[in-house]
Amino acid sequence: MSTVTEHAGHTDHSHDESHGASDKQYVVIALILAALTAIEVSTYYVDFGPLFMPTLFVLMAVKFVIVVSYFMHLKFDNKLFSYLFYTGLILAIAVYCGALATFKFFLQKG
Amino acid sequence: MADTALAHGADHGAPHTTTGLSNNKLGMWIFLGSECLLFGGLISTYMLYKGRVSAGPQPDQIYDIPFTSVSSFVLLMSSLTMVLAVSAAHRRDDRNTNLWLTVTALLGATFVGGQVYEFTAFYREGLGFTTSLFGSSFYTLTGFHGVHVTVGIIMLMALVGMVRRNRIPGSKAETVELIGLYWHFVDIVWIVIFTLVYLIPS
Repeated sequence: MSTVTEHAGHTDHSHDESHGASDKQYVVIALILAALTAIEVSTYYVDFGPLFMPTLFVLMAVKFVIVVSYFMHLKFDNKLFSYLFYTGLILAIAVYCGALATFKFFLQKG
Repeated sequence: MADTALAHGADHGAPHTTTGLSNNKLGMWIFLGSECLLFGGLISTYMLYKGRVSAGPQPDQIYDIPFTSVSSFVLLMSSLTMVLAVSAAHRRDDRNTNLWLTVTALLGATFVGGQVYEFTAFYREGLGFTTSLFGSSFYTLTGFHGVHVTVGIIMLMALVGMVRRNRIPGSKAETVELIGLYWHFVDIVWIVIFTLVYLIPS
């Protein structure tokens, strides 16, 4: 019991240290996110041609990963939290692919 | 020895679990993983139905991209103020924790206000909930997100009151962090919705 509690205490201590990003770094990350959003919005006004969709998807993914990794501290936290969250995310993407494939199948049949 | 260890743990708010991880935090991450599935289903439905417009306006006829861009920016910046609140809570700085939590709630309220305005404008332009499959899926998706933001604002305001009265049981920093995780999740869902719903034309 004492081993467990000591281990738990140690984990929490290192956990607190892992939230090491300073407020200044958070502001810089927010500015990067704002800049990426500005580029996203610019696709509405500027013709990106064939790069339109890839640009939007890449920017969306980058913003998503930045918020999850730094603001939600997933990059610095225990890997178990990452597994739990990304399992849900992968299942969600599978739901979309499954639904899309099903609709395509029935539309072709009809 | 065990008592000493427990007392040491209690001083630092250490989780006394077999994994060494906080069960509250573990529960929150499982909840957020399941929320991915909820929004995955709603986004899938919208993507499949956005082209089904039997009556009423088309998506690209009613979307106000400049307005929604400002709303998105407001919500994005609320993530910054939230992380600053978490940072202040870890430093045990109650004054700044409350300040940043309040600013986050205000930014969230601005976003929800914008969404209410948008819904009203769309309704006046002829897009009701049952007008078309596009309308139904759009209002369901963005409405669910708006409800999540509203729940987040209520939690933030409750948290401000609890921090002020020192009524948070257990680790204060962890409680702020858990609410922060929920708030950031709401933000990342909007990052996806903004791109897939508003910026990609039908």
